Amino acid sequence: MSFMAVENLVVRHGLLQAVRGVTFGVERGETLALVGANGAGKTTLLRAIAGAHQPAAGRVLLGDADLTSVPSHRRVGMGIALVPEGRKLFVRMSVEENLLLGRTAGRPGDWSVDKVLEMFPNLKPRRHTKTGHLSGGEQQATAIGRALMSNPDVLLLDEVSLGLSPLIVDRVYAALQGLIRSGTTIILVEQDLNRALSVSDKVICMLEGRIALTADSKSVSRDEVTKAYFGLHKQKAEPA
Amino acid sequence: MSNQIIQGVLLGGYYALIACGLSFMFSVMRIINLAHGSLAVLSAYALWWLASRFHIPPFAGLLIVLPLMAVIGWALQRFLLERSARGGALLPILTTFGLAIVIDNMLFEQFGADTRSLAPFIGSLSYDSWEWPGSIYVGKLAVIMFFAAVVLLGGLQLFLSRTGLGRAIRATSEDPDTAGLVGVDARRANAVAAAIALVTVGLAGAFLGMRATFDPYAGTPQLLFAFEAAVIGGAGSLWGTLIGGIVLALAQTLGAQVHPQGFLIGGHAVFLIVLFVRLSMAGLSLRSLFNPPSRSAS
Amino acid sequence: MSAASPVIERGTATSRIAGVAVAVIIALLAFAPQFLSAGAVDRMTALFIYVILAAMWNALAGFGGLVSVGQQVFFGLGAYFAIRLADAGLNPFLALFASGIIVGAVSWPLSLIMLRLRNGEFAIGMWVIAALTHLLVNLDRLVQGETGTSLISLNVYDASARRLTIYWLALASMTALLAILFGLLRGSTGAAIRAIRDNEDAAASVGVRVTGTKRLLFVLAAFGIGIAGALWLATSITFQPKTYFNVQWTAYMIFMVLVGGIGTFEGAILGAVVFFLIETWFGGAGVWYLVGLGATAVLFSLFLPRGLWGTIEERFGLRLLPVGYRVRLATDVVDPAGNDTQPQHTTTDRETA
Repeated sequence: MSFMAVENLVVRHGLLQAVRGVTFGVERGETLALVGANGAGKTTLLRAIAGAHQPAAGRVLLGDADLTSVPSHRRVGMGIALVPEGRKLFVRMSVEENLLLGRTAGRPGDWSVDKVLEMFPNLKPRRHTKTGHLSGGEQQATAIGRALMSNPDVLLLDEVSLGLSPLIVDRVYAALQGLIRSGTTIILVEQDLNRALSVSDKVICMLEGRIALTADSKSVSRDEVTKAYFGLHKQKAEPA
Repeated sequence: MSNQIIQGVLLGGYYALIACGLSFMFSVMRIINLAHGSLAVLSAYALWWLASRFHIPPFAGLLIVLPLMAVIGWALQRFLLERSARGGALLPILTTFGLAIVIDNMLFEQFGADTRSLAPFIGSLSYDSWEWPGSIYVGKLAVIMFFAAVVLLGGLQLFLSRTGLGRAIRATSEDPDTAGLVGVDARRANAVAAAIALVTVGLAGAFLGMRATFDPYAGTPQLLFAFEAAVIGGAGSLWGTLIGGIVLALAQTLGAQVHPQGFLIGGHAVFLIVLFVRLSMAGLSLRSLFNPPSRSAS
Repeated sequence: MSAASPVIERGTATSRIAGVAVAVIIALLAFAPQFLSAGAVDRMTALFIYVILAAMWNALAGFGGLVSVGQQVFFGLGAYFAIRLADAGLNPFLALFASGIIVGAVSWPLSLIMLRLRNGEFAIGMWVIAALTHLLVNLDRLVQGETGTSLISLNVYDASARRLTIYWLALASMTALLAILFGLLRGSTGAAIRAIRDNEDAAASVGVRVTGTKRLLFVLAAFGIGIAGALWLATSITFQPKTYFNVQWTAYMIFMVLVGGIGTFEGAILGAVVFFLIETWFGGAGVWYLVGLGATAVLFSLFLPRGLWGTIEERFGLRLLPVGYRVRLATDVVDPAGNDTQPQHTTTDRETA
């Protein structure tokens, strides 16, 4: 049994079906990359795992626990943290306040404001600045730090490189490498295919709300993923 | 004249007290509670009932009434506002208006049309005054009221900025969905905020009863005063509420000097002037007076 | 996905029958006083005024998205201007309508400020306007503060002739105002109004003149409620500011519309009839009657926010007086597993007005 899994997950936005029966699992310490075109359902999938969307069918499992009907704030307490797309910081609150909010769920662990500031030294002088006044890179660092403050077992990262310059993206991923080595389970959505493959153990390519390809990141060819990305790769969905 | 100004400033303390709950609730839940004034009057009646029936002095009665108001606030949010807010921004206006009618008329049913006051139960405090230099006499009650307002606003400010629960409430007011994603129970934060707001309402009701008389339908003017003070103060900050209350009270004091009917007219007029000035300065881009700037993070 | 061509329709068979029925009802109402007692005629007049109030508040809130708690300002002004005009020597019956026009004219500059407020701010801002206007009217020597005055010039008419005239005027006003609203909703403005009702920001982004349309509804509501206030004055003769500028009038409007069905043309009328019946049966219960009205409003807002008519419409797809269009289309329904099921005929209603 996987450490964290979703089974036959269906999520609707009104009449639109964003996720149509997705099943996969991740092992403890594994890094999973979700790739796919815009509108393939990656963000909705992550948000459903975090509890921001209530699925129409299917289950979200963490270990033995069925999280499907657990509200988002309690999922944080159970060890799932999301770094949302667009960062979604509380712009009228300072960096420190945003970080402290991440601790609301009260999970024991090593993360503290000081440790986050050590991981992202560029935030140190901005500690008491309102996050609305930060640069994109600083905001992203704050958003990641805020998620880490809850000492998550599973970290969900939604397009952390969106809108950032390549140099800043490198810096963010360098910081993430440390997390990956430390054994945190990570599911990340990433547009940059090369980066997604290099950082992850397993890759899932989504197409129109379904899984088009599941593969080992180190052995899969870039070409294969690209085909799945555009729907040219007619692979049978893996047995659950 | 300086005497009147001082009285006006002190009266502003009362308006700040009654306004801060209204604007606090709006800033957190984006709901303007039209039952706000009626709930203040309810608190005044509760204190009056405890005093006249069980001889519990109003200040001691607050120990009973304020926790009760907190419970009412919590229940109000959980059972009424949370549900009606899901139906859009307009529905809570109707819900709370209906609630105001229910409260007003229930009070009328229970206590009749007679005007009441808490003044007889607080002894000499209702008329005692201090003499300040320049032979200015200020009522002790008015001074207590003003300082209660300052302490309350300051305490609320500290609570919101320094405690985890305060941060959770602020985060919920900015973006309830994201608050949930970082581990904040937004429903609980809203319910706590409503409870706190109603404690301030309860306190305002107590002072309303002590400084003046009230009847079952006294809620309406209190709601309007609260709203006016909050808008004049530019409801973003809590201290703005105090300034708004003072401006409102001064305008009323001035109005009363001009014409015997001028007390209320002066207050409404200054509200409309501030409204007009602010709207024409902000131009068409202004979406809302109450709303603090942009909710989106990017 | 098989594309079935949608069918666009305006009226339905039921709606054509309803149209005829409306004409018959109005004709019957016009002749009704022949068979009614004096008291019943007065009550019917009150019903017509309630229908006006409900329809006008609904136009503002249900269609314009503007919930006002201060509409009593127009009710009071309608009566006040009628008093003033009659005092200046105008025929009292003419004064009733001239007063409505003045109220409409006054509401236009008011809308320039008030329509910039949103939701709750607008609601309570209107309440402030009503409170201030009440105080200012009290200052008028003619009104003598809360003592009030009377529409004395109406007393020259014989009591029964006066009663009948007011009855017909109220019926005609109600019919005309409903017809104006109906025409507005069916015409090109109607599409804009419905777009605003459904999503104001989206409407603005596709070029709907949001503020202009809202202003039109605001002025219409002011005019209609002004007429209602003037008619009420004609039935009761006496003018006490406290009675006319009472927030209770808005409470009635909210009750009628909320119970009947906010945002539906028929709902406001149904709500007025329901309110009229409740008042007739329970009005004597005094305070408990008012408590009941408030509680009913709370319960409807929580559990039946679409009101009686909205719920009936939703349940049965019934449309008596269609002001919009409806599109019927055949769609494929895809189930979660991804297997295509049998195409089902579903009616997608984009029209609830």
